[in-house]
Amino acid sequence: MSRRTIIPFGPQHPVFPEPIQLRLVLEDEKVVEALPAIGYVHRGLEKLAEQKDFIQDVYLVERICGICSFMHSMNYCQGIETLMDITVPDRARFLRVIWAELHRMHSHLLFLGLLADSFGFENLFMQCMRCREDIIDVMEITAGNRILLTTCCIGGVRKDISAEMFSEVHNALDRVFKQLKDLHPAFADDYTVKKRLIGVGVLSMEKAVELGAVGPVAKASGLSMDLRQSGYAVYKELGFSPVTEKAGDCHARMMIRLRELDQSMDLIHKAINMLPEGPINVPVKGNPTGEVAARIEQPRGELLFFIKGNGTKNLERFRARTPTFANLPPLLHMLPGYQLADVPVIVISIDPCISCTER
Amino acid sequence: MSTLIATEVTLENFMGRAAQMRQQGYRLVTLTCVDTGNGHDILYHFDKKYQMEHFRLRLAEGATLPSICSLYPAAMIVENEIKDHFGIAVSGLSIDFQGRLVLTEDAPRAPMSKRCGMDIDARIPAAPPATAPAVKGGAV
Repeated sequence: MSRRTIIPFGPQHPVFPEPIQLRLVLEDEKVVEALPAIGYVHRGLEKLAEQKDFIQDVYLVERICGICSFMHSMNYCQGIETLMDITVPDRARFLRVIWAELHRMHSHLLFLGLLADSFGFENLFMQCMRCREDIIDVMEITAGNRILLTTCCIGGVRKDISAEMFSEVHNALDRVFKQLKDLHPAFADDYTVKKRLIGVGVLSMEKAVELGAVGPVAKASGLSMDLRQSGYAVYKELGFSPVTEKAGDCHARMMIRLRELDQSMDLIHKAINMLPEGPINVPVKGNPTGEVAARIEQPRGELLFFIKGNGTKNLERFRARTPTFANLPPLLHMLPGYQLADVPVIVISIDPCISCTER
Repeated sequence: MSTLIATEVTLENFMGRAAQMRQQGYRLVTLTCVDTGNGHDILYHFDKKYQMEHFRLRLAEGATLPSICSLYPAAMIVENEIKDHFGIAVSGLSIDFQGRLVLTEDAPRAPMSKRCGMDIDARIPAAPPATAPAVKGGAV
């Protein structure tokens, strides 16, 4: 019988951008069990959100995550707007989608870079980060900030994007398109990359449903599940259908992100072309009352905010269920049966965001 | 998007209702715990084809929450988090982190609770520092 060893994997590990620990039970080099240990960066933001007023919470929720920050504020604003029965101007809904898709693109490019780094392809990591810079530059041009845009507000958006800025957006997306065309074969067809990713960390569709997988993790297992299909903001007008893969392995999860990058570029071009004229926000009066479960599709999957207002400026309860939190049980199922050397690749393949998870 | 309307369930019938949801193909999105001052509301959020269904379980003060891990294994992590944040006892967990999923040993007990003495003020005090030994040879 093989000897069992328990290895603490993390919280500080070269492949982890953020702290999480996995206690791995190994038989020789093979993982037989994994248990998570989180809480290293727990900030108690849900509690803080009850102490700030609901307008200040827009800034607070935007700081839940440093990668998909705009998505958090957008989801929160959509939730409060539902509670307060606010109709957001059409132009604001389009602008929100443009910034949201830019965020998805820079998040996916970061993921692709980190995945390349996890299997030792540093040059590919650098190419992805260079490509990502173009997106971040566009966010700086359009919003004035590179990551924390703070353009979303209750009732619409705070900033407009001019026609000159849009030409910059189109130019940047063209540059990104060309770079992705070069990067695509390296990810999809490279012999070594395929050897490291194909058949590794497999999650079947049945298990993905049972364990509550969301986002690209679910889509890579064949689940056609993307909240953009429900038509929030202007996704209904833009026409959207999710991409899926069937293999459920690390390669499939990577391919979902590559294909979503193309999809996001299309959505941004469409949104710019269909952008109506008009106001970008409406005034907000009163305080929120009632309960709402607001959802949005983040780069990593479904984000849910439960918001309970009591008619005062402070919320009774704010709760965030982020996609990485939902993808932890599927991750624990993916690891057993694979080699210790595959663990970094499998963990990175779910694109874990610990800031989101810990809140 | 519309405001939330939840179906009221009780400790007696909610496991049966959750089993029905699973049979009907509903996915468990998450659970939310709300401190009502004299107990807790546990909200179960389900989804099927982007349509949400919500159950509200009113849990009395000191009552134990039965886990739905046997029906929805994904509930394990969020039930452990509720246990950490609100100090609610949860029975039947597939993996029990003993209140240490997100909290450390010296963290405040039930930090999300609104009860007096259970909040952040209830932080477990550190051991008092040992009395400093007298310095020989007079004051420095």
